[in-house]
Amino acid sequence: MIIADRKPLGELLEMVKDCNRILILGCKGCVTVCNVGGTKEVGVLASILKIARKKEGRPLHVDEKTIERQCDPEYIAQVKDLVGRYDAVISMACGVGPQFLSEAYPDQRFFPAVNTTSFGGAVSHGIWSERCAGCGTCLIHHFDGMCPIARCSKSLLHGPCGGSAKGKCEISKEVDCIWDMIVKKKMEKGRLEDLMKMKPNKDWRTARDGGPRKSVREELVS
Amino acid sequence: MRLSYPSNVKVIQVPCTGRVDIIHLLKAVEDGADAVYVAGCMEGECHFLVGNLKAKKRVQYVKKVLQELGIEPERVEMFNLSAGEGPRFAEIAREMVDRAKALGPSPVKMKKAA
Amino acid sequence: MSDLKSGSNLEKVLRAGHFALTGECGPPKGANVEHLKEKFSHLKGVVDAVNVTDNQTAVVRMSSWAASAVMIQNGVEPNFQMVCRDRNRLAIQSDILGAYAMGVRNMLCLSGDHQTFGNHPQAKNVYDIDSMQLISLVKKMRDEAKFLNDEDIDVPPRMFIGAASNPFADPFEFRVHRLAMKIAAGADFIQTQCIYNMEKFRAFMKMAVDMGLHEKAYILAGITPMKSVGMAQYMAKSVPGMDVPEPLIKRLKGAGKGKVAEEGIQFAIEQIQEFKELKGIAGIHLMAIEWEQKVPEIAERAGLLPRPKV
Repeated sequence: MIIADRKPLGELLEMVKDCNRILILGCKGCVTVCNVGGTKEVGVLASILKIARKKEGRPLHVDEKTIERQCDPEYIAQVKDLVGRYDAVISMACGVGPQFLSEAYPDQRFFPAVNTTSFGGAVSHGIWSERCAGCGTCLIHHFDGMCPIARCSKSLLHGPCGGSAKGKCEISKEVDCIWDMIVKKKMEKGRLEDLMKMKPNKDWRTARDGGPRKSVREELVS
Repeated sequence: MRLSYPSNVKVIQVPCTGRVDIIHLLKAVEDGADAVYVAGCMEGECHFLVGNLKAKKRVQYVKKVLQELGIEPERVEMFNLSAGEGPRFAEIAREMVDRAKALGPSPVKMKKAA
Repeated sequence: MSDLKSGSNLEKVLRAGHFALTGECGPPKGANVEHLKEKFSHLKGVVDAVNVTDNQTAVVRMSSWAASAVMIQNGVEPNFQMVCRDRNRLAIQSDILGAYAMGVRNMLCLSGDHQTFGNHPQAKNVYDIDSMQLISLVKKMRDEAKFLNDEDIDVPPRMFIGAASNPFADPFEFRVHRLAMKIAAGADFIQTQCIYNMEKFRAFMKMAVDMGLHEKAYILAGITPMKSVGMAQYMAKSVPGMDVPEPLIKRLKGAGKGKVAEEGIQFAIEQIQEFKELKGIAGIHLMAIEWEQKVPEIAERAGLLPRPKV
């Protein structure tokens, strides 16, 4: 799912500094799954902002609501009668939420509470790790189920580079060298020759480099 | 035990400090508490195994938030003691009251903007 | 000499069967041409070609192709290094043509250290293609006279193509296969990462020779003389992919105060003597970084002078 991290409190307080009434809108999708923008986190942020503003002597009225998702117009429509009652609305959803809300309610200001980072999954309780870079041309079947575009710091297709040491990436001992993993798996499964073939240059047009992307299901479009 | 502890400590009983969540601590601060502390079992002796460790992490999180907001993180604290340690309970209560007095009233108590 | 690929001095030396010697020079952190000239002046006539690094360790310096052009203007042959970190395939092809137009004839194709190492870690990452694809690209431009998109090139860049090899990175068993791939992709010559673990390197070369790689490309062994115990310890601990055995560090410590640099040079000379005889090694790549003035002395003491005139 989409992983995000809450913005620093200073930045959020700056966003709402000229507001007296705000709404914090959570999302039950990805940001709930990575414990940054669901009902619980909305409550925590509301309390934190109220504490900060009370301390300043300029109390802030904060309402809380969490909707199913902020990436479908049907759910965005559910808050139609709510969003107008505030000086601004903080969305705790990923980067998509504030944009969908802004488009549906052009007269209201929607601020992002989180910095959206990547596509990934939980590796252990409380820790999420990037797995996919959204390049638009998935190649993981060539690499035994691992993606070097997302998980190699240099997105090499013929790795590992000379900086791979003890299974770790040269940029940090906290980052695994995905090429070390790919090579070891290929060797283990007797498929090393797969890596000896030259891979064609990546066509980045399907990635963000080619411009903003759109997916169309012809069979569903009327 | 009939030991006395300061009357300005409001005790909220929970079956395990693991039941205490971030929002409970924040609400106490938000509503103007000068200090809030969590008293749990000794580490390793939690009846529910790791409830007190979870509480410890949550207290740490709230301390960090307070620090970021320019509020003294010492207003929130975690303590560990065993159920039978009556005198220690009273001692902790006195310690936190003294600490709250030293720190002064919570900056969150409603004040007019300067 | 039959159909040379580039006609560069380095190529001719290797083709004629001489034991080659290349050096290295990092461009200045500024447009300081005088400083650059002073640096490579120590290497003139002492080595067959001088590597010119490309924003080495992601620290911004004068561009590699420009420094290479200055070298050519001053009678020194450069080995132009290009990394994939900072430029996309358009800029890559364009820079290759530009460098060739300025007289560059040797080129080393590298992925490049990640920008987090350097002095502009906030920069956008390019890595449009990787070093393997870069080698293949230069070969295509040279031998087919075609751009990556198969359009014809008007006067193709006839470069002598080099690649790097690090026998000490992990996984060890795969390194020789990766070397084989680079050679299959078009590398004419190889320069290895600097060697300290002689035992491991001998094992690596044995595998390379068994695969016949030394007959397909010229392999130059990388040597960097140790200046100090601190340098050895730093390289052992903080440079990924570097293998500095404990006995070497001990040997340097044992040399005594003020004598460590000489001991480091001694070790380098011993390495050179062994590499002259080691099967599969076609020459030495001497990286005396920021110590260029020592290269003439090391080359002399190792019996590598005078350089052959081809």
